[in-house]
Order: sequence, then structure tokens, then C-alpha cells
Amino acid sequence: MTERAIPHYDVIVIGAGSIGVPAAMSLAGMGLRTLVLDSAASVGQGSNKHAIGGIRATHSDPAKIRLCLRSIEVFSTWKQRYGEDIEWYKGGYVFVAYREREETTLKNLLTVQKSYGLNIDWLDSFQLLERIPDLNPNDLIGGTYSPDDGSASPLLAIHAFYRQALQNGAEFRFNEPVTELVIRSGKVAGVRTRSGVYGADVVINAAGAWAGQIGRLGGMELPVRPDSHESAITEAVAHFLDPMVVDIRPDTGSSNFYFYQHITGQLMFCITPSPNIWGYDTRETSSFLPMVARRMVEVMPRLKNIRVRRTWRGLYPMTPDGFPIVGWSREVDGFLQAAGMCGQGFMLGPGLGELLARVVTGNAVDSDQQILAMFSPYRNFSGQEQLK
Amino acid sequence: MRVAFKGLNAGTGLALNQSIGGDLTDMSSYRIREHPILSIPERKEIPFYWQGSLLEALEGETISAALFAHGIRIFGHHAKDQSPQGIFCANGQCAQCMVLADGQPVKSCMHLVQAGMRIEPLEGLAELPIVHETPATKPVRLVHIPVLILGGGPAGLSAAIELGKLGVETILVDDKHRLGGKLVLQTHRFFGSAQAVYAGTRGIDIASRLSEQVAQYASVQVWLQSTALAVFSDQKVGILKDGNEYVLVRPDVLLVATGAREKFLAFPGNTLPGVYGAGAFQTLVNRDLVRPAEKLFIVGGGNVGLIAGYHALQAGIQVIGLVEALPEVGGYKVHRDKLVRMGVPIYTSHTVVSANGKDKVESVTIARVDEKFQPISGSERSFECDSLLIAVGLDPVNEFTSKAREFGMRVYAAGDAEEIAEASAAIFAGKIRGLEIARDLGRSVEKVPDDWYHTIEILRSRPGAVYPEKLPEERSGVFPVIHCTQEIPCNPCATLCSQGLIYIDQSDIRSVPSFMGDASSCRYCLRCVAGCPGLAITLVDYRQHPQTPRVAIPYEFTRQTIRKGDVVTVLDTEGNELGTADVLAVSTIRAADRTCVVQVQVPSGYAQRVAGIRVQDPTITRAMNQYVQHIQDDTIVCRCERVSAGEIRALIRAGYRDINEIKAITRAGMGACGSKTCTALILRLFRDEGVPASEITVATRRPLFVEVPLGRFAGIDEAKGGQND
Repeated sequence: MTERAIPHYDVIVIGAGSIGVPAAMSLAGMGLRTLVLDSAASVGQGSNKHAIGGIRATHSDPAKIRLCLRSIEVFSTWKQRYGEDIEWYKGGYVFVAYREREETTLKNLLTVQKSYGLNIDWLDSFQLLERIPDLNPNDLIGGTYSPDDGSASPLLAIHAFYRQALQNGAEFRFNEPVTELVIRSGKVAGVRTRSGVYGADVVINAAGAWAGQIGRLGGMELPVRPDSHESAITEAVAHFLDPMVVDIRPDTGSSNFYFYQHITGQLMFCITPSPNIWGYDTRETSSFLPMVARRMVEVMPRLKNIRVRRTWRGLYPMTPDGFPIVGWSREVDGFLQAAGMCGQGFMLGPGLGELLARVVTGNAVDSDQQILAMFSPYRNFSGQEQLK
Repeated sequence: MRVAFKGLNAGTGLALNQSIGGDLTDMSSYRIREHPILSIPERKEIPFYWQGSLLEALEGETISAALFAHGIRIFGHHAKDQSPQGIFCANGQCAQCMVLADGQPVKSCMHLVQAGMRIEPLEGLAELPIVHETPATKPVRLVHIPVLILGGGPAGLSAAIELGKLGVETILVDDKHRLGGKLVLQTHRFFGSAQAVYAGTRGIDIASRLSEQVAQYASVQVWLQSTALAVFSDQKVGILKDGNEYVLVRPDVLLVATGAREKFLAFPGNTLPGVYGAGAFQTLVNRDLVRPAEKLFIVGGGNVGLIAGYHALQAGIQVIGLVEALPEVGGYKVHRDKLVRMGVPIYTSHTVVSANGKDKVESVTIARVDEKFQPISGSERSFECDSLLIAVGLDPVNEFTSKAREFGMRVYAAGDAEEIAEASAAIFAGKIRGLEIARDLGRSVEKVPDDWYHTIEILRSRPGAVYPEKLPEERSGVFPVIHCTQEIPCNPCATLCSQGLIYIDQSDIRSVPSFMGDASSCRYCLRCVAGCPGLAITLVDYRQHPQTPRVAIPYEFTRQTIRKGDVVTVLDTEGNELGTADVLAVSTIRAADRTCVVQVQVPSGYAQRVAGIRVQDPTITRAMNQYVQHIQDDTIVCRCERVSAGEIRALIRAGYRDINEIKAITRAGMGACGSKTCTALILRLFRDEGVPASEITVATRRPLFVEVPLGRFAGIDEAKGGQND
């Protein structure tokens, strides 16, 4: 029996999602022979398509800030660079404060955010109502406003990145779950799927909510587990709302909620479940709509008449401290982690994709090294992100 | 002497209007003011405004009915391509009939018109109304119930009756303002078994009877104007009760009796105002009592298309023709015969090529098809018409069943939601499910008898063999001629004959009936003529004039359209003209229930072949001199998001196989209707492109299955109107 020639790649990316696709675009763009494998039938069918599309750089740590600033550059200039509309809209983000407690939290955070040079400011209730006239003015204290943040369509964006990746020479294989990481002498040699073995020098774990299972193929125990969030979309109505509105007041069943109007007119909204709903269950619950509807019409009574069209759930691959896990495996050479995006994969994707390409090609700069240090798979996970 | 073709009482709406009131601005022109079967209720006139003009509506009618009554059929324009929008489903499922009513965007087919209401077209996206006060919210009520039935049509009602008899606590929800489902639109007599399922009774009357029975049982709660929105993973069903209160219902057993939805077709011009599904058309005509068309063309020769054509004729609408892609119509032959006897040409092995017109249908182009159902170039013909009725089959409304199964609920389905068949089968299936559910709940109920399952199979069966028509050799006396030559599940004639002389094998009612008497045994009671649901029995009476016998023919048009002394054209079962005949008498019999019997005198040579009276002038059904070419590529697959067949086909040809991905790129299936219309069309495009089903990944389905304002989930009380819009 003759041995089948094993196709060899410079890099294999596991996961054609929010991270894997822009990463493949950057890797292939740097001339690397790149293959992306996914168990689903097409791109973005894991959690990417469940994202509502919010994109902000206004985090509370320099690593995510830097990556997302770069992502915003990619999203916001895509149409002029490539001619494809990914529905980017610079509507900004507003975190509202209706109580002193949230006012204090947000203002403390603001100091940190400003220190990183972010364009974000405190608006008092009067200024905020000028920005968002439909906010419930009763008890409104004010809020932070970051005008450079925005939104885009995850569905269109991932396809734009996908087409660009193909253009750059990346290959994609769908309906091919990875069953084995082929390791020779402590070094990545490739991966196995039901179609056989694909050889590679580097394998990137960008498997999102399933990154734990892929890590285990390389002997790593990644502290990534999915938290199931529920979202919904409405009918499209005439434009009435610019920023993403985030209310961080905890309530029964949810630790916060947020909504924005997409550029095409639909309102999208989401909650963070409290307590977390761990696991892979993405079946619709009866509790979500009543819970979120009450909170939304309280903050914005005008929303009571907007028709809800569809609900769904998506998985947030959470880490214990709320930060991604990015970096080389110490056990298996050439096994690179890009996991645990904690629900921010869509906004981190383009920036992180470029970073991964620099890391793989040995071109990481100092600021990349700082990010890698913060996101190290081997860090102490006991810290907590200030604002999730 | 009056001439023939008087079945249609008005050529145009204006003529009718002038004959009644004369003042064009005063009264709506497109109302149905007389109907052979439906009684026209007296309703109060109320004023409303359309784009600032004062018009009249009738109290209790929907906004869409009020607009159609004035010939207004364009309700706005789509935000994406400014295409004209109007009625499509007339069933609250899509959002294409949205208008602004006093500033609020509403579904005009569900929202009732109010006195003084100001209605504006919806141009592009609606402004979300501004709200000044913080509304009071309240928690959602949770209701536990042994049985929840979704849908108050024939299946749901029949199941509720069985459960009611046994005292099982049941909630029956239906989104309409009255029970009956699609029965309330069916003016014709039903087929099926007279013993098992009300055969011979009109659908509208079956609806009333079943509703009255359900009302007798205290254990059955009926929630009208209540829409099921979703089945959730915690086994609760979300229902918008009374169009207002969002309630979660946790049943021990769920029965899905949600009926069917219509399939649609992709062809150029397929979304022009004037292209309707049969359900929408029947709703407008038989519920709203408006004429949405003057000249109708029908696509699809199943029972739905055939019956809708007959209903159109009864409502005074001209039917220009019917196309069917198969070599034979799929519906019952007696339904087909009824239509051709009225003077409606049926084009088998033909398909619709395009609907033509700028902002509305002005003509249709059809063509002969080859063995692969592709139009044959050069065979095109066009017909003038203002409406196109699409009746190309039904699919079960099964999203609730599949979600409930996925979530491990005890769920049953009945009627069209389980398997597409006639309403008679749905009635019987509901009855069986009711008993099965009672047993499932541990009630001491006898097992459903095996022969019931046999009966349901017979009722569900497709039309069977057609036998050549055998006319009696007798030329004297009096006897019925039975023009019913196809095996269909139907037996009322066997119970109608006062002498018991019409025989159908009761062990299988699909067998064709035969007359067992001789020329002297018939008493000429006319019950078989007036009572056959297929209008397929005549009586030929040679006794007075053996050379020019008297033939009694069933006739279901208004009495005013035919009188003694008129001359009419008589036709055979195939619609062939036999000759003219004098009307000797027009009568009704007590048992006949609105079917007239017209007696004509004809030569004995063809007396037995006479099967009907032409009611439509044949010249209106002629093709245009030249066929209308449709150049624009405006075949729409997703009506809500205006996605064309061309866009989808290009992706398929580029190798796309995951419908989720096609959806993500094009937005096909992301609109208000929830991919109810385009799913089947996209699969059809894949088939046409030769892609095997095994390569295709189907799209994930998510609730809600009908759009509902966010405030309802917050328990905000909006009692006005009580409509789900």
C-alpha cells in the first residue's frame, strides 16, 4: 500500500470563526500556506453568527484596548479599502448610571480608560439625553460616552474576511472536525480529521467555545468554558438610536443588559446571565424575553412598541479572569492558543488575527509581547477584569 | 328573453356601485354585496381617512378590508428597493401589509379599522412611536394545563370536543377572532363521509357546528385572538393572549393543529401587488367580503386552486384561466369539472412564465412545459388579468411540533399540521388525537377502534382512478345521471336519495356511486342534484317530452342571475358547449341549503351529457394577440428582505451549500415572516441547479414565529383593539 501524500501547510487554524477567519486572512496575507478546518458547514457557524455586532475599544486593560483599536481601524476602513459593505456604524457606546454605585464604578474606570488615551468622557444626564433623547430621564445621573466605538454585521464581516483570506490564498475545509493533533518529538506535525492527516508546522487553536477540547488534544487544560447568553433582534425601524446602551445594574437573572440599533434599523439586545449558564445548551428559554423586555422598557420606554423578531443563544467562551488566552503551548512546540475571548471574539478578531500572524512569523513587536504576557495561557487566573 | 352569462353580477366594481348608489365618492366599489352562499351582514358605516381623504369603512372590519373595498391595494413601499407592498398572507404572518394607523405601524390584515382613524401608507421603515411615560410592567403569568391545543380549525376543534366530553382540562388557542380556521372561508359542501365527518355540509357551517359543540364543554377554555409565538426548551409555550397579554402555558400534552401554509413560486413579477396566495384570496373574498380582483388567473390545479376559482366566480370575479404544470390537475375531477363547466379554461402541462405590470398585475404570460417542467420557448401566451392566485401546494406548519419534540415534550399533531389532506381528514384526525391524548393522560378511555385508523387513511387518500363516463341507455322515464367518475372519499349522495337507490360501497367510500333503480323508481325529489358536493348529478326527465327532456342541474350562483325563460348555454363535464337551452324553472328544495336547481329543456340527443350552465363569457378568456415579454429580472425569493432568485442562484453556482451562509450574506429568511415563504423556494433553486439534498445544510429555525412588540413581554397592558399586530 502506498502512503498518501500528506498535504503540508505552514499553519493550520482550527475554527473558522471570529478569530480563525481574520487570523487566516492575515497569515495568508503574509505569504503563509494556511488551512482552516471547521466542523460546521460554513464560516461563522459556531458563535460568530450569534454575536450582535458591538465593537468597542473602551475596555479597562491595555491589551484588549490595543487589539480593539486596531480592529476598529480594520472594520471602519473595510468598505473604502475593499468596496464591501460590512455595515460598520460609528454610533459609540454609552454606559448609563441610574445609581451612585454605577456612577462610581464607571467614573473610576473612566480614569483608567482615559489614561490609555481612549476617546471617552462622562456626560451628565442633560448631555446624555441630548445624545439619546429616548432614555428614561427619571433618576438618570449620567454615563460614559465613547463616540469612536460602533458596530458592524458579524455575518457580513466574517464573509468579507473569508473572501479576503481566500484571495490571499488560504484554504478552508468544512464539515471536518479535528480528531487528533499529530505530534512528533514534542512538536506539532499536523492534525487528523476523518479525511486524513494534514501536515503543519503550526496549529492554532481558535475553536472558541470548543477550545478546551482542542487544547486537550495537545495535552493542555485550558480554563475555557462556555456561558450561554441569550439575544434577540427586532423588526427594522427608522433610525432613532446612535450608541450601544449598556446598563450594568445587576438584577434577578442578569448582571447587565445592552442594546443598539444596527445601521439597517433592527434593534439587537442581549443580557449577561447571572448566575452564569455554563454549558453548550443554546436552546431558547422562556425566561429571557420577559426579563430583558422589562429592563429595556424601563431604561427606554419608547422600545415598548418595537416588534421582537427572533431570539437565539450563543456561547461566551469564558476564562476565570475574563481575559483571552493567547500564546504558545509549552508542552507542544508549534501549538498556538487563541482562545477564551469571553464573548468579545468579534471585536478582537481583526486585531488579534494580525497579532497571531506576527507571532507565527516571528515578527512580534514589543507591544505584542506585552499583550502575550497579559494573555499567557500560563498566567495566574485569579485576577478579575474591572469591567466585563 | 335574456342572454346567458349572467352568473357574474358585475363586470366592474364601478358598474355595481353605480347601480346601487351612484355616488362614487360615497361608497366603496369593491364590496361583495350579494353572494349565493354567504349572507352579507348589515354593518354600521364608519368614517376613516386614507392619505387625508375621507372614506367609509364597515364597523368591525380590518384596515386591509376597508382599503380593498375602495380599490386601494398598494399599502406602501419597501425600504430596500421601493417596491410596492400590500396584502400577501392576509393572515398576520408576514408584515407586508403594514400601514400607519394614527401614527402607529400596524398589520392592516389583523388590525380593525376604527371610526376617525387616520391611515397612511408605510413608506420605507416606520418611525418608532415616541413614548413619554414609563409604562407599568408586570411579571408574566404561568398557566399549567393538562392539554394545550394550538389552532382552532377542524382538527383542533374536533380534538377539543373529544377532550371536552371526557372533562379533560384543555386550553384551545387560535389567533383569529372566531373559531373554525380555514373552514370559515369554505363556502362549498364538503366531501368525505357523511357518517364520520359532516360530508355534504358547507365548510362555514361545519365551523359553526364544531364551535358550538366546543362551547358546551366547561373543561375547554377557548382563547381567541391568541397567537402561539414559541415553544421553549423549558417546555413552556409562549402565547400572546387576546393579542395583548403574554402568557406562558405549561401543558402536560401539546396538540399542534396549526394547519398548513402555502407554497409559493419563483417567477418574474411574483411579488407584484395582485399576486396572492389562495388563502389570502379566500380571506379577502369570503371573510372580508371584498373583491380583490376583477380578472383572476390561477396557478395550480390542486383542490385549493380549483375551489378558489369557484369561490371567485361565486363572488362575481371573472376567472380567465388556470395553469397546471402536470398533465392532469391534482385536485378532485369534480372540482375541475365544476370550473370548466363555468367556462374557465384549464391549461395542463403549462406553467406561469411571468406576471407583468408596473405597480400591479396587468397580464400573465404562460407557456407549455417540457417533461422537465421547463417552459417551451415559442409556446408563450399572455392573458389580460389583474390578479394571479398561486395555489401550488401546502406545507405543514410544523415548527411548534419539531421544537416540542426537540425539547422532549409530549406532543401530538393533527390535521394539516401533521399531514396535508382534506379538512374532512383533519376533523377525523382531531377526533382520534383527542382520544389518544385522553388515554395518554391516564383517562379510562377505550382504545381508538382500529377501523377509525382505516377511515382516516381513506379520508386522506389522494384522488384515485378515473373511469370512463357510462351514460344510461334508457331514453324514457326519469333517473339521475351521475357525472362522478373518479375514486374520491365522498358519500353524501348515497344517503340523500329518498328511495335509497344511489349506492356506494360503505366499506370503502372511495368507490364511485351508481344508480340502482330503473326509469320508474326515481321520485324526482332533486335531493341528489342539490346535495352532491361535486355538483355532479343531474336528473333527466323524459316523461313529458321524450324528444326534449327536462334536465335538472345544480346551480350555486345568486338567484337573481338566472330566471325562468332565460336562454343558457349548456356544457358537458369537460366544458364543451352542447347547445343553448330554455330555462323552465329555477327552484330550491328544502334540504338543499342554498344550492339552486335549474331545469332546462334540451334535445334528447345530449340531454344526459348536460352537466352545467356556462356562467362566464368565453371571449374574456382569450389570449392576447401577442405575448408579453418580461425583461426585468425581478423574481423574488425572500419577499420580506427583497432577495432575488438571481442572487441566490449565483451563490449556489459559486459553491455555497449551507443555507445559513446564504442567509447571512443575502438576508434571505431573516425577515418578518421568519423564512416561512422562502425556505422552500431556496430548496427548489438548489434542486433546479442539480444539487443533491445531501449536500445542503438547512437553516436553523428560531422563535419567535410571529413578531410581537417588546412591551408585551414586559407585561405592559395595551388593551385597545385587542389585536396582535
